[in-house]
Amino acid sequence: MSLNSNVPNGPLAEKWTNYKSKMNLVAPNNKRRLEVIVVGTGLAGASAAATLGELGYNVKAFTFHDSPRRAHSIAAQGGINAAKNYQNDGDSIWRLFYDTIKGGDYRSRESNVHRLAEVSADIIDQCVAQGVPFAREYGGLLHNRSFGGVQVSRTFYARGQTGQQLLIGAYQALSRQISNGNVEMYNRHEMLDVVKIDGKARGIVTRNLLNGKIESHAAHCVILATGGYGNVFYLSTNAMGSNVTAAWRAVKRGALMANPCYTQIHPTCIPVSGEYQSKLTLMSESLRNDGRVWVPKTIADAEAIQRGEKTGLDIAEEDRDYYLERRYPAFGNLVPRDVASRAAKVACDEGKGVSKTGLAVFLDFASAIQRYGKSAAISQGISDPDAGTITKLGEKVVEEKYGNLFEMYEKITGENPYKNPMKIYPAVHYTMGGLWVDYNLQTNIPGLFALGEANFSDHGANRLGASALMQGLADGYFVIPYTLGTFLSNEIRTPKFTTDAPEFKAAESKVKENVLRLANSQGNQSVESFHRRLGKIMWEYCGMSRNAEGLKKGRQMIRELREEFYRDVYVPGSDTEYNPELEKAGRVADFLEMGEVMMLDALNRNESCGGHFREEYQSTEGEAQRNDADYTYVAAWEWDDNEPILHKEELNFENVELKTRSYK
Amino acid sequence: MKLKLNVWRQSNNSDKGGFVSYNVEADEHMSFLEMMDVLNEKLISEKKDPVAFEHDCREGICGTCNMVINGRPHGPQKGTTVCQLHMRQFKDGDTIAIEPWRVDAFPIIKDLVVDRSSLDHIIQAGGYISVNTGQAPDGNAIPIDKEEASAAFDAATCIGCGACAAACPNGSAMLFTSAKVAHLGKLPQGKVEHKKRVQKMVAQMDKEGFGFCSNVGACEVECPKEISTENIAMLNRSYLGSMMSTND
Amino acid sequence: MKWIINLLTSSIGQKLVMSLTGLFLISFVIVHLIGNLQLLVDDGGYAFNTYAYFMTNNPLIKTISLGLYFFILLHAVQGLLIYFTNKKKSGGKSASKYAVRTYENGSWASKNMALLGTLILFFLCVHMGDFWYKMKFTDDLAMVTYDGYDQPIKDLYTRVSVAFQELWIVAVYLVGLFALAFHLMHGFSSAFQTLGLRHKKYTPLINGIGITLSVIIPLAYAVIPIWSYFK
Repeated sequence: MSLNSNVPNGPLAEKWTNYKSKMNLVAPNNKRRLEVIVVGTGLAGASAAATLGELGYNVKAFTFHDSPRRAHSIAAQGGINAAKNYQNDGDSIWRLFYDTIKGGDYRSRESNVHRLAEVSADIIDQCVAQGVPFAREYGGLLHNRSFGGVQVSRTFYARGQTGQQLLIGAYQALSRQISNGNVEMYNRHEMLDVVKIDGKARGIVTRNLLNGKIESHAAHCVILATGGYGNVFYLSTNAMGSNVTAAWRAVKRGALMANPCYTQIHPTCIPVSGEYQSKLTLMSESLRNDGRVWVPKTIADAEAIQRGEKTGLDIAEEDRDYYLERRYPAFGNLVPRDVASRAAKVACDEGKGVSKTGLAVFLDFASAIQRYGKSAAISQGISDPDAGTITKLGEKVVEEKYGNLFEMYEKITGENPYKNPMKIYPAVHYTMGGLWVDYNLQTNIPGLFALGEANFSDHGANRLGASALMQGLADGYFVIPYTLGTFLSNEIRTPKFTTDAPEFKAAESKVKENVLRLANSQGNQSVESFHRRLGKIMWEYCGMSRNAEGLKKGRQMIRELREEFYRDVYVPGSDTEYNPELEKAGRVADFLEMGEVMMLDALNRNESCGGHFREEYQSTEGEAQRNDADYTYVAAWEWDDNEPILHKEELNFENVELKTRSYK
Repeated sequence: MKLKLNVWRQSNNSDKGGFVSYNVEADEHMSFLEMMDVLNEKLISEKKDPVAFEHDCREGICGTCNMVINGRPHGPQKGTTVCQLHMRQFKDGDTIAIEPWRVDAFPIIKDLVVDRSSLDHIIQAGGYISVNTGQAPDGNAIPIDKEEASAAFDAATCIGCGACAAACPNGSAMLFTSAKVAHLGKLPQGKVEHKKRVQKMVAQMDKEGFGFCSNVGACEVECPKEISTENIAMLNRSYLGSMMSTND
Repeated sequence: MKWIINLLTSSIGQKLVMSLTGLFLISFVIVHLIGNLQLLVDDGGYAFNTYAYFMTNNPLIKTISLGLYFFILLHAVQGLLIYFTNKKKSGGKSASKYAVRTYENGSWASKNMALLGTLILFFLCVHMGDFWYKMKFTDDLAMVTYDGYDQPIKDLYTRVSVAFQELWIVAVYLVGLFALAFHLMHGFSSAFQTLGLRHKKYTPLINGIGITLSVIIPLAYAVIPIWSYFK
């Protein structure tokens, strides 16, 4: 299979403009006759469904949640990037494009990334118009802050709840289309299969989670905006319900899974506290604007902390190793996520971890509190402030900036982060890989599109902070409304499909069979226990650093686990009722296959790049070593029970020069 | 720590339901939902039906989780969702009663799971700004007073969990509705449709079968995002004003 | 006119009725108190009886009092309607929705307005039956003659003084006033909240006035039966 990315010709900066001007359009009267299915109602799905509804298409939107507003986009904290250059600090579309390509370690498609940078500014305008309460200056204009991996301030934010506010904006736009009758909303419906007719995606099969009914839904095309697969690791910052099922079922129908090994491990999460842990909580990257990351210089000090004999406050300034500032003076604490995470792992592997488990580093706000306290004292005209006043004023400034994050930290850990340095450790956060799509965001199955985290397109091997929200909304608001027209303009003569077609009946019975197989599983182990075990294998062998031997072993272990799963899993309840355990069983079954493809992909990629770090490929200083000669391609995997098949899309860099990423 | 849980079990909406007691061993660093996970794992290992409860992000932002713990929606800690509630708030040997949201407009699906679509319907009735994609002016075209933007934000933090209605002795959704009205109505871009929005949302809220607000104030005490009943006053003011000043 | 129906049948509109009638009734309670404090004047009843005569014979007052009766009924009927609607919609099967209550959110008064209001309504029946009905529709009361009046007028003062010699009547009044105190404690500030009159700057003042009124008014009223009883 040859993968055609369908990138338009012409100079990079003009591709998208030319594409939009010359693409085939669908006339309003025809839009009314065309049906579109959107699965998922996060930032990408809700914005797509709303915008397509506004355009006049008949949209059916699906979510497995009880409401479209619950999608996990809601949990994004830090912000959203846009090349507005409101701060007059030298930002531009090119610079956002370049930062994203470089941040992605030169493993993304130039044309897609440039388009993302181009539409980024429109997203901010759209969201402001929808009523998203972005942070503002006293003059009433929008405020920005800086994020990892860049040297400009281009991140728009809404306190620590940017994702929530953006999602609510999209949810409201979607709600408006629902009330107008342009979008039909299906809550509590989980997509379990894609239906193809004559090779094109023409519908989906869903399970009604309230009563277990298997239903078919037909349309002219299907859009998947179903998020990432980070939960394959069991412990991640994803929501408990986040899953790969929709995307994976598409893969089983012939779609390709691209770059599955690119997993983003976020450096600032609250460390694991015990075996019962069900998920990990992120502390926004924005904290690294002011927090300084450190561990003790000596192992003796670290061990004393691990035993609880000392705390961070007992370690003198000269005995602390601010290792990010030391190793990467140019970017300091704001190096990209992959670099920061690996550095934390290195420190902990050396035995300098600062929690009971030895798996944590400090994120310290003491110096920021002092700095802000002093400037607040000056601006309030307090001459000669004492130490107590400075600390008090400084804590107030920090509270204004990060109050809700600090509060969350205290709720979870029971420690006061204003007084004691926070403890953080990396955790799985985002998956750059996803369904392979071309420039139109169309998968290799005609009529099947993938948006947002569910596709692989924009972040290469590592995503920069505040870019996920940007991509989700770019895809939904500004890309798919155009590129979908390219497909649908050829479908205006296609009559509406009914679900009576034999293809639907066949898919339905296959889904029923799968559901029943799980529902009737009367083994001895819970679904959760299998998920936990899968997560441990993934983290151990396909986590922050990988090697060939471990990956081979890991793959074997997953295969054995999968076999054991089908043999010994226990699913309570029946398939005809509200049954969360049955839902979970289906998702874990898909993770058990997805995990294997991740191992395979990581094994295939004999280089270190971005979120994929192979121990065999590193410099003497421990930095990642790419292999541009052999691996400048997208690895897109076709599922096969025995041996998944690799397809390659070569990446051509015509506008940027491939360099070794340096943040020193 | 050893705990005794009295959990409301109800197999479906027509079932009568009742309390069932369970003993659970928990750790003080667990979240409340992790403690529930432990209970469910135990039930599954005994081949019994696990307790159905809803949850998703476990970061206190998605609004999915909902339980009444010892009579309090989201439990005893101020400004905290169940998923962010940790067991260090409880003592060894405690007995904990766990019930679903009890609101007429939230029918029970199973055990602790309720149907909150009525809240979606209120938003669909008018909880938005009518702007199509692509119509927006530049983000900085309208400067917004920081104080107003901040007040709008305070209302916009609503996570749509329904704790306000669950806490309300009348089962009223006024805090939810008013939070959206205030969020949009305080911003210049939302003022254009404010009057019509208020009328439509209130009409829908009444239609969904929520009770009347009698200014008890339990909602703001239990709201995990600490949204103020000042928003309810704004809703009242806006509603009365709009009824007197619109043409139809 | 459809909008008025829409308004008055909406949840907020019905609360508006409660708020406006409530505030009106509070103003009445204050005026009524001032008039009745004349019972404490030690003049053998002259001030009070002439006041009572004025109140029952002045055409303007008579018209206003018709409005008052209407608003009392409206407040009561609307209040009970809201109470029963809320009871149905609250989602609970018992008075408290949840089996266990470990924490009181919201004041006791705010959650028992219907009970308090019903007590006040019962009290009103007793009160009006005893004095107002007797004054207006019967000839049970003795007559007194005062200078400046063409004919003898009814001696309500004596009737009141006699009534308050009965301990049980005094007790009924105290219970009624107790209910009024708590009803006002929530009702006054709640009325302003319903009207949407709330701001950080003046709401504390409203709440303060509400609490003050809810203490002072019932206390001042209570002085009358107690003073009469011990006189």
